[in-house]
Amino acid sequence: MHKIKTAMLGLLLCGALPATAGTLADIQQKDELTCGVSEGTPGFSNPDASGRWVGLDVDICRAVSAAVLGDQEKIKFVPLASKQKIVALAAGQVDMTSRTTTWTMKRDTKEGVDFTAIVYYDGQGFMVNKALGLTSAKELDGASVCVTTGTTTELNLADFARANGINIEAVVFEGKKEAFNSYKQGRCDAFTTDMSQLASWRSTLPNSDDHVILKDVISKEPLSPLVRHGDNQWKDAVTWVINGLIEAEEKGVTQANVDQLASSSQDPTIQRMLGVSGDMGGYIGLDQDWLKRAIAAVGNYGEIYDRNLGENTRLKLDRGINSLWSQGGLFYSPPIR
Amino acid sequence: MSDMTETALRTFTPQPALAPPKELKGAVHWARANLFDGGLNTVLTLLSLLLIVSVVPGLVRWGLLDAVWQGDSEACRVEGVGACWSFIGANFRILMVGIYPVEEIWRPVLSFLLLLGVIWLTVSRRVRGIRMVAFWLVLPFIAYWLIGGGYLGLPEVDQSRWGGLMLSLLLAAVGIIVSVPLGILLALGRFSDSPVIKISCVSFIETIRGVPLITILFMASVMLPLFLPEGMDVNNLLRIQIGMILFSSAYMAEVVRGGLQAVPRGQTEAAKALGLPYRHIMFYVVIPQALRHVLPPLIGRCIALFKDTSLVLIVGLLDFLGMLKSSTQDSEWLGFEAESYVFGAFVYWLVCYSMSRYGQHLESAGPKNNH
Repeated sequence: MHKIKTAMLGLLLCGALPATAGTLADIQQKDELTCGVSEGTPGFSNPDASGRWVGLDVDICRAVSAAVLGDQEKIKFVPLASKQKIVALAAGQVDMTSRTTTWTMKRDTKEGVDFTAIVYYDGQGFMVNKALGLTSAKELDGASVCVTTGTTTELNLADFARANGINIEAVVFEGKKEAFNSYKQGRCDAFTTDMSQLASWRSTLPNSDDHVILKDVISKEPLSPLVRHGDNQWKDAVTWVINGLIEAEEKGVTQANVDQLASSSQDPTIQRMLGVSGDMGGYIGLDQDWLKRAIAAVGNYGEIYDRNLGENTRLKLDRGINSLWSQGGLFYSPPIR
Repeated sequence: MSDMTETALRTFTPQPALAPPKELKGAVHWARANLFDGGLNTVLTLLSLLLIVSVVPGLVRWGLLDAVWQGDSEACRVEGVGACWSFIGANFRILMVGIYPVEEIWRPVLSFLLLLGVIWLTVSRRVRGIRMVAFWLVLPFIAYWLIGGGYLGLPEVDQSRWGGLMLSLLLAAVGIIVSVPLGILLALGRFSDSPVIKISCVSFIETIRGVPLITILFMASVMLPLFLPEGMDVNNLLRIQIGMILFSSAYMAEVVRGGLQAVPRGQTEAAKALGLPYRHIMFYVVIPQALRHVLPPLIGRCIALFKDTSLVLIVGLLDFLGMLKSSTQDSEWLGFEAESYVFGAFVYWLVCYSMSRYGQHLESAGPKNNH
């Protein structure tokens, strides 16, 4: 099965791709960006009650659409099941996939797709009751932890305990729901799964403020949007829109002040970013106002995070390692120069 | 005549019937006769009672008495409240039509009213026969045009924005309307004298019936685009719809075949003796009788097809079930899966039960002496 799939992808890549014009030109000609998203992941992508797609992954697509087409609404969201997310892209059904996809070597090299830039550093974390007074996962010595069986989550937990020389009693369950319910009933001291999911589980608890998500992340799940392999111009465009959003946060360019900064800022970096000087947009096949439009549409990275995952949402997900490098996190954009 | 009756009444007045003996009437007797006759039944009755007593009060308290009927999600997160029906209220629109644009919402609503209208015309038997068939055949095209637009002045609404119950009904309605005639043709093909037609029909039916629907959906949605040349973009929804029609028609064909075999040979022979051509024999003599024989399983297939549409969830279409699931992933409304699925089960039941009632009505309404 797998060989067949790889062979078919290979066939497709050799045979069909060179026939098309660049993705960027195609999008501009269609005047519509087709973006693959998840059918429902809290805080990342789902239709809200009014029928509008919202979430961090969705906002990345909107930013790209604003930069490339000048309008964040010129976009077609295609909900993709997990099994479709790579194939849909390779087969040309979508222009980009922004669907909580972990950047792994195999996907990047063998499956006909390219990753662009990381938009969220996910990873396995722990939720505990505030009353325990814990500040770090390393203090979980002797604690019982609810975990799903037979997954990498369980293996990661065992590795973490061994590496830190602490004794963790894993209470295993078949499904996440069962594991979480046992935590809810107090059968375990902690519950472990990916950070982004911990936040959504927590928001379903009656007294959600009594539970904290510890800062420690014990596995690497960097999430990044994907584009088709082999179209470097399009990959560059998506990558640099994301980098631009990160750089904008570092430079304090927000949705509210972007127009004012564009006309008055004396900072050469901001001038380059917002198209006042230099020809940054030209490097990726766009015009001068590409980043200005993206920021005006969805805000900088920090604003996107806050709107979808931050303190004012029900998820209340601490930024942790998803802060800027200057604030102890991992987000660092190469210079826009 | 009337004189005779009057005389008879005058001469004989029957006594009113006596009440049954005390020990043979009333709730106690009924219970003894039906619930507690014999050891096994008594045990079963007690067990059932225990089950009802332990489940129903909690369910009523959760679903009705303690339920939250309005307000935001905060109101539902208070300790001790029951079901959060305001969740359904807040998400009602996306559950019904998915992310369909608000300003165009009258179009699916109108399509739905048309559907109800045609159902009413059919059930009340105001239109019958060929005109009824025509109504049903035209309806899906009008619905597609109304919902999709793009022609005759209606702005286009992309299929990626169709969803909810609207999408489920559309998939099922088009699936049923296309696959029944296709199934009849396949069934006739099975009895064909030409070996080519016969073999191709048999192999089609047997191949499709040997494969689960979920596999066909995966083929249509994930694998097919890899085989199609770049640029030839048959959209996802259409691929899924065709997959469902192929699947359903193979099963319909087998149901219809049963009916064809049940029509006595004499019917065909008599029609031949009258000199009717083949197509008249089939359409006026054999098929009407065959369909009447297989009405119950045919309705059963239609109900099954409607329920099967929920499988499109796994290929990323946000049909009714997909929307039920997706709305529970809204970060504002996390954790109300139970309400969502209870509501979904109720709606599926409502639609399927209506179809089943109509099937029963058809069976009892038709002529009985058709042999």
